[in-house]
Amino acid sequence: MTDVRMVSVRRWSTVSVVAISGLAALIAILAFGPSFLGAYWTGRITTLFIYVILAVMWNALAGYGGLVSVGQQAFFGLGAYVVIRLSNGGVPVYSAIAIAPVIVALLALVLSPLALRLRGGEFAIGMWVFAELAHLLVNLDGLIQGETGTSLVAISAFAPEVRRANNYWFALGAMTIFLALVFVLLRSRTGASVQAIRDNEEAAASVGVRVLSTKRTIFVLAAAGCAAAGALTLSTLITFQPKTFFSVQWTAYMIFMTLVGGLGTFEGPIIGAVVFFIVESLLGASGVWYLITLGASALVFSLWVPRGIWGTLSARSGVQLMPIGYRLLFRK
Amino acid sequence: MIDQIVQGVLLGGYYALIACGLSFMYGVMRIINLAHGSLAVLAAFLVWYITEHFAMSPFIALLIVIPIMAAAGWLLQRTVLDRSLRSGPLTPLLSTFGIAIVIDNLLFERFGADTRSLAPDIGDLSYKSWTLPGGVTVGQLGLLTLATAVVLIVGLQLFLKYAPLGRAIRATAEDRDTAELMGIDSRAVYGAAAAIALGTVAIAGAFLGMRSAFDPYAGGAQLIFAFEAVVIGGTGSLWGTLLGAIALGVAQNLGAELNPQGFLIAGHVLFFCVLAVRFFAAGGFSSGWLKALRRQPA
Repeated sequence: MTDVRMVSVRRWSTVSVVAISGLAALIAILAFGPSFLGAYWTGRITTLFIYVILAVMWNALAGYGGLVSVGQQAFFGLGAYVVIRLSNGGVPVYSAIAIAPVIVALLALVLSPLALRLRGGEFAIGMWVFAELAHLLVNLDGLIQGETGTSLVAISAFAPEVRRANNYWFALGAMTIFLALVFVLLRSRTGASVQAIRDNEEAAASVGVRVLSTKRTIFVLAAAGCAAAGALTLSTLITFQPKTFFSVQWTAYMIFMTLVGGLGTFEGPIIGAVVFFIVESLLGASGVWYLITLGASALVFSLWVPRGIWGTLSARSGVQLMPIGYRLLFRK
Repeated sequence: MIDQIVQGVLLGGYYALIACGLSFMYGVMRIINLAHGSLAVLAAFLVWYITEHFAMSPFIALLIVIPIMAAAGWLLQRTVLDRSLRSGPLTPLLSTFGIAIVIDNLLFERFGADTRSLAPDIGDLSYKSWTLPGGVTVGQLGLLTLATAVVLIVGLQLFLKYAPLGRAIRATAEDRDTAELMGIDSRAVYGAAAAIALGTVAIAGAFLGMRSAFDPYAGGAQLIFAFEAVVIGGTGSLWGTLLGAIALGVAQNLGAELNPQGFLIAGHVLFFCVLAVRFFAAGGFSSGWLKALRRQPA
């Protein structure tokens, strides 16, 4: 038997304390963004926050839950649709944006027993079918007027600069909440279960991990996050066109960000979102070639750089910014 | 009503054509190829391009496109799928999704947003029909599509059962490692299987172009139809895929009767109903799910 006193388990390291404090400080500084960023950058950084949410949610689903979905645009579109519906029903527009993710999360909870029975590729396309169905059903709503769509009229009551700042703060708040939720989840017992399932579902079940309930937690969280991103995107675009919101391109973006940043790492999707944001800012105008680049990068990263930028760096240097895992220390 | 069902069965013929390659590849390699629909649209564009530029019948153009697509399938297996298979269960999904985006947008870059059709190139076949007693019309093209699907599926079944390569494919699908021990080169077998799957995709692409208009972004919808047919019919059997395809076509045509938007909705609803039936048949809420709810979450 090994002497148990020779080993100790540590979760926090100096690096992770600095990283967490740094992240908290960054978010605190960003909270004052609208006062120093100017109109253009306030809008752009709002978009970046939305990308971070999308990437972090898709990563939680695929990187930790082992569930590759090509249908997360379903929740993105439904989040925006629920805001339109609630606002039309007299709910104040920013309250509607806050409530929409909760309603979509409940819907995901109802869907989960069916969806989570599907494995691998079945789940991937099954979710896409769900997105298509959600899109068609939303089109049937008279308020939406089919593919013509409608506008979030109520938000026009705010002056443009007020709206821009509000959107920014809501996006920053949502990003912080979802990052914190994923962080807490991964540090909890569920986090250990989740990673066990990702690595080997049968083996995890055999040692007593509650596979289905763990997957369901992740599935519902990811749905809520994507719904929040959809609701926030609606707040910046104002017009709701079902075709735009239920487009599979949103999932393509999520996959690109997660793969490039690093699937199955906490830091990776955030880095991926920043990379995507920069690529989009530089190449955005060139349309088709930009999408071809995204698809080709997803292919190249999945085959040759499966850990992505952050995973590769982290594995080389042993640095882990977020105290999510466990470090086993041996004393001499 | 009878008419709608007959038309639905004929439509199912096309879905069976597009689905059998997906079903075959899944059966052999356990890969759901997310680029399947995009590859079918690529094949449709190839047939269209050859037909237009060399003024030949789409059927002759198809004879040229089948080996091209088969070669592309072999190449796809060698360069992407083989590597994906070795990197874990999620990788094939991610890499083939990347390929789908690249194909869709390259087609858009080359051919633009215009919709194309092969219907003008097949003369009166595109609209000629027979009228059955009772006033039900049976389109010649629809019947040809269904017949092609049945012949293809019978052919694939016979090939898998009797041909040496077919037997090697079944052995490899059953247990890759043991098949290797028996002297089967599994990489070559997988390459051949991918080539066959994309050969059927070429045929499906040609019929897609003959029966309707298509554009560079039509691939996603074809993938979904193919997948729905496979799931409704029950994965793992080509005959099941044919039945699933016919059920999908019938459901869509009946849905269209109810509502102009009902065509697609009915297909998706049937898909989820089949999933729900499978869910309850497997014990549903009583086994596991509700129990897990009652317990404290982990």
